[in-house]
Amino acid sequence: MERRTLFPGRLLPALLILPQLLLTFVFFLWPAAQAIWSSAMREDAFGTSTEFVGLDNFADLFADPLYLASIGRTALFCACVTALSMGAALLLAVLADGEIRGRAFYRTMLIWPYAVAPAMAAVLWVLMFHPQIGLVGAWLNRIGIVWDYKLDGTQAMALVILAAAWKQISYNFIFFLAGLQAIPKTIVEAARIDGSRGVHRFRTIVLPLLMPTVYFLLVVNLVYAAFDTFATIYAVNGGGPAQSTQTLVLKVYLDGVVNANIGSSSAQSVVLMAGVIVLCALQFRFLGRKAVT
Amino acid sequence: MAGLRLEGLHKSFGAIEILKGVDLALADGEMLVIVGASGCGKSTLLRLVAGLETPTAGRILIDGRDVTGLDPSARDIAMVFQNYALYPHMSVFDNMAYGLKIRGLPRAAIRAKVDEASALLGLEALLERKPRQLSGGQRQRVAMGRAIVRDPKLFLFDEPLSNLDAKLRVQMRGEIRRLQRRLKVTSLYVTHDQVEAMTLGDRLLVMHQGVPVQLATPTEVFEYPADTYVAGFIGSPAMNLLPGVLGRNGTAVTVAGTEIALAPSRFAAPDGHAVILGIRPEHVVLDPSGMSWPVEIVELLGSEMLVHARRGGEASLTIKIVHGPAMSDVIRVSFPSEHVHLFDQATGLRLTPAGSGVPPS
Repeated sequence: MERRTLFPGRLLPALLILPQLLLTFVFFLWPAAQAIWSSAMREDAFGTSTEFVGLDNFADLFADPLYLASIGRTALFCACVTALSMGAALLLAVLADGEIRGRAFYRTMLIWPYAVAPAMAAVLWVLMFHPQIGLVGAWLNRIGIVWDYKLDGTQAMALVILAAAWKQISYNFIFFLAGLQAIPKTIVEAARIDGSRGVHRFRTIVLPLLMPTVYFLLVVNLVYAAFDTFATIYAVNGGGPAQSTQTLVLKVYLDGVVNANIGSSSAQSVVLMAGVIVLCALQFRFLGRKAVT
Repeated sequence: MAGLRLEGLHKSFGAIEILKGVDLALADGEMLVIVGASGCGKSTLLRLVAGLETPTAGRILIDGRDVTGLDPSARDIAMVFQNYALYPHMSVFDNMAYGLKIRGLPRAAIRAKVDEASALLGLEALLERKPRQLSGGQRQRVAMGRAIVRDPKLFLFDEPLSNLDAKLRVQMRGEIRRLQRRLKVTSLYVTHDQVEAMTLGDRLLVMHQGVPVQLATPTEVFEYPADTYVAGFIGSPAMNLLPGVLGRNGTAVTVAGTEIALAPSRFAAPDGHAVILGIRPEHVVLDPSGMSWPVEIVELLGSEMLVHARRGGEASLTIKIVHGPAMSDVIRVSFPSEHVHLFDQATGLRLTPAGSGVPPS
C-alpha cells in the first residue's frame, strides 16, 4: 500500500527537493556541462590559450588507434568481470541457499568483501600476486610459471579482472541469494516430485525463475566494470604495463589529469556519459517492464 | 497402482517431536484422508511420504518397496499442493508434460497423455496459457492434471482445496472423488476441513498432537468417536461434552446436579467414576419433563436453529432443533440414551462396548 503525503502550496515542496537539486547541479550538471563545453575546445601545450574546434576532438578520438584499442580492452574487461563475478556469486548463492550447518556465518562472510574499500582490495590482490613477495605470485614463479603482472600485459589484465570481480561478488551474491529465496519452495518441491534432479532442475526451474535477477545484475555489473573499477585498476598498476589495463575511465584520467590534454579527455568523458545514459535507459526500461508483468 | 505402508514413523525438528510414531497401511486404490487441527503433524506426515522430509525413525514402503531413504524423484508419486505450485514460466501443457519429458517419453506419447488428462479435466482450451492467466479453480485442475499424466503409484494431496472459495471447493471436492474412483490410484489426502474428510475418504485418520487417535471409516468416526478430541473435532456444531459422575451401577450420570438415566449396562466403569457425557446437538430433544437449562443465545440458521444454554457456569450445551415455538428463558431437554457417548474424564478415552471405535494400537 503506497503512502502518499501531500504538501500544500509550491514553496514547501520546492524547498524540500532543493538540497537534492543542488547536489545534482553542483556534482553532476555543472561538471557535465563543463565537460561538454571543454570537449569542443583545444588548449595549446602550455595552457595559455584555448580555441573552439567543434567536434574535432571527437573525430581525433575515433581516429586514434590507442582509443579504439582501449574500447576493445574495456569491452573485454567488462565481459570478463561480469561473467566471473556473476558466475562465482551464483554458485556461492546456490550453495548458501541449501540447508547447511552454520549458513548464517557463511552468508555474513560472503558479504564482507563488499565493505572493503576498492583500493584496499587492490592492495590485497597485489600483495597476493606480487612476483617476489606475494604468496601466490612467488609460488607461481617457484613452480616454473613466469609470473610478473608488472611486465606481462595479459597477466596484468587477468589480475585486475580478478580483483575487480572479487569486489563485486558480494553484491551479486546478496541479490542472487534473495532471488533464490524468493522462488516458492513448493515449486522446487513439485519439480523434485516430478522426477527432476540437480543440474536439470536448476536449468529448467530455478534459473528461469531467477532471470529477472540475472538481467538486473547484468546491467549493474556492466556499469560497475565499465565505470566503477577505476580505483581498483589504478591501485593495482595504474593502467600499465604500457596501456595493457588502460580502460576508458582510466584513460580519461590519465589523458586529462596526468597529461593535461583537457580537450581530448573531456571528449572521452562525454562519450562515457553517453554510454552510461544508454545503459541506464536499458535498465529503467527493463525494471519498468518487470513492474508491469 | 500400489499400497502404502508406514511403520513406526517418527519425526522431530530439533527438540520438538512432531510425529510420535505412526503406523498405517493403505490398501491398493484406497483413499485415506488425514484430518486434524493445524500443528497436528498431518502435513509433516505427507511430506515424509513424499520424501521432502527425512523421518527421524521408521520406514515407508510404497508397493512393498522400502523408499525411506529415496529422493522424491525416485518414489514414483505425485503431489498436489495447497498453493498449486505450478511452474509459472511454463504453459499449462508444459506444466503437465514436465515430468513426462524427464522420463524421456517420446513426444507423441507425451502429447497423447496430456490430451487425455486435459480432456478429463476440461483443460483442452487452456493448454497454451500460462498459470497466471488462469483462475484458482483452473490452476487446481492443472495441478491435478500434472499429477494424473504421470500415472504414479501414489497420489498425495496437501490441502488442495484450501485456497478456493466455498462454492468451487464443493465442486472440486466432487471432481477429486470422481477422478480418484475412476483412476483407482492409492491416495493420501491431508485436510483440516472435516467436511472434506467425511466426504472424500474411504477411511479417516484423525491426528492430534503427532499421534493418530482414530483410524476408521467416516461413519464409524462420526458414530463412535474414540475419544473426546475426535468427538469434539468431527461434527458441526461440535458434540456437547458435559462432565459428570457415573452412578446406579452404570445406568445413570449426574451432570450439573441432575441425574440422567442411561440404558442399562452399556458402560463398563465403577460407580462414582468421573466421566464426560457426550451428545451431539442434533440428538438433544426438547422434553417438558427434562432437565432445565437457562438459554444464553439463539442462532437462527434458516430451517434450523441453534440454542446455546449454560448451567451453573461450567456446563454449556448446544442444541440443534427444527424451528420451533418462541424460545423462553429456560429450555427443558432430555438426552436419549442411545445417542449418549461416555468418555473417561481422566484419559478422554471412550467408555463403550468393545468392537466399535477402538483407537488404533
